[in-house]
Amino acid sequence: MAASDTHRAIETVFRIERVRLVGGLARMMRDVDLAEELAQDALLAALCEWPRAGVPHNPGAWLMATAKRRAIDRLRRTAMLTRKHAEIGRDLAEDGADPVAALEAALDDDVGDEVLSLIFTACHPVLSPDARAALTLRLIGGLTTEEIARAFLSSETTIAQRIVRAKKTLREAGLSYEVPRGRERAERLASVLEVIYLIFNEGYAVTAGADLTRPALCMEAQRLGRILAGLMPEEPEVFGLLALMELQASRLAARLGPDGMLLPLTEQNRARWDQLLIRRGLAALARAEALSGARGPYALQAALAACHARARRAEETDWARIAALYGVLREVMPSPVVDLNRAIAHSMAFGPEAGLALLAAIDADALRNYAPLPAARGDFLFRSGRLAEAKRAFEEAAALTRNERERAFLLKRAAACGG
Amino acid sequence: MRVMVMVKATKDSEAGAIPSAELLEAMGKYNEELISAGVLLTGDGLKPSSAGKRVAFDGPNRSIIDGPFAETRELVAGFWLWEVKDMDEAVAWVKRCPNPMPGPSEIEIRPVVDATDFGEELAPEFGERLDRLRERLPER
Repeated sequence: MAASDTHRAIETVFRIERVRLVGGLARMMRDVDLAEELAQDALLAALCEWPRAGVPHNPGAWLMATAKRRAIDRLRRTAMLTRKHAEIGRDLAEDGADPVAALEAALDDDVGDEVLSLIFTACHPVLSPDARAALTLRLIGGLTTEEIARAFLSSETTIAQRIVRAKKTLREAGLSYEVPRGRERAERLASVLEVIYLIFNEGYAVTAGADLTRPALCMEAQRLGRILAGLMPEEPEVFGLLALMELQASRLAARLGPDGMLLPLTEQNRARWDQLLIRRGLAALARAEALSGARGPYALQAALAACHARARRAEETDWARIAALYGVLREVMPSPVVDLNRAIAHSMAFGPEAGLALLAAIDADALRNYAPLPAARGDFLFRSGRLAEAKRAFEEAAALTRNERERAFLLKRAAACGG
Repeated sequence: MRVMVMVKATKDSEAGAIPSAELLEAMGKYNEELISAGVLLTGDGLKPSSAGKRVAFDGPNRSIIDGPFAETRELVAGFWLWEVKDMDEAVAWVKRCPNPMPGPSEIEIRPVVDATDFGEELAPEFGERLDRLRERLPER
């Protein structure tokens, strides 16, 4: 193998081991920045050693042992954290003659914890949601600053500063870098799930000029969801979120028309939906429900996505079930947008009058200037044969939307009302 | 990217040999690692080709061929579907797999065709079909 191939292979092994490595080191040093630096040092050491000595049997343990040795050297040199130094020194001394073998065993024990604690740290509520997302992509996803900047349509400087500031905030907060337990765990987990879904939606949002980086964010979020599901197999909402992401991602290839415009679910070519992701999504949803998580906000949204995924043709969609699910969702996660979607589902299941009745009860103030509200009203009125009122509603919606194509569509519908 | 990872058959797998307890344990651990890394989508082991059938196509004709099939090294004994960043990552993961067979064996990695691989080829037909679909749908 040529030297460059060897280096590439080593870098790939490092990529696989990096999260575990940084997680373990962050916990030891209580500093993610330093942890990343030490991990990088370990990679450089591997690039020197492995081409000569061969890739070790357990590369993760080798990298960790190397990084820890360097960490101790550093602690010794600075001599600032004497207590921590003593602890680590004792740990290593007790491991006996072969610290690598001992670490190998230790590493196997808490692999999950090292990764989990890093995820929880990157998503810590002391950080802003944007900072959490950037740091999670950097630390867990292993994305470069440049990749993150491109994904968030932001400048590299902005993202770099965001990450530096986030690391500083974490350092100053004096965190324990442990996986939270008890009541704190639920709160912190909610923040983790929020960050992952934010990353997913950032990738799912349609932008002009199909930049491939953005679907990559969807993949990254799904991978994070799968990692989390592997590490927290008893948390229903983890599976709820994974189900939601996989079911939504199953439509990634089908959701755009040839003109690059977003197609509504009813108009998508369902043959292009990814059946493997649908099956995985349905399985994850079943798991969430089996863990008594059917009323979790993510599980409920996944259940809604599942209603569409199960229908082979748009006409087969179970709108009555969708209407019922929105009824539960509005109790769990009250929002006027949920109410609007519920009204649309009722109109599909029970007729336009049912939709109109629910619209009347929606908090219209909260949805002022929200084009989908008059657009839905226009649709219900049109289907009820109240054409003059429908026309006014469509025109109102057209005046509100900022999207050119949507405006053209709404004006076309207004024109179809005659008058 | 999505890859299919195929464990190639050997004389042992074609003979229906049951894997040793050690191998089963090592494989279980390996699968757990794949799950924890968010890599594994699905996978399964396959019965020997003696339990399989082939359907041969020639114009309008279909003929059934019963297993076992001769070219052992080309047969598949098991598969995974993985989601990885690139082929390098897939190779690195495969290298960590315990040898799936008692003797020498091979694992083959093949990238799954992505919708974008069709590029322009797919778009015109797809577009037309959508236009037809739109005509059929009531305005909404």
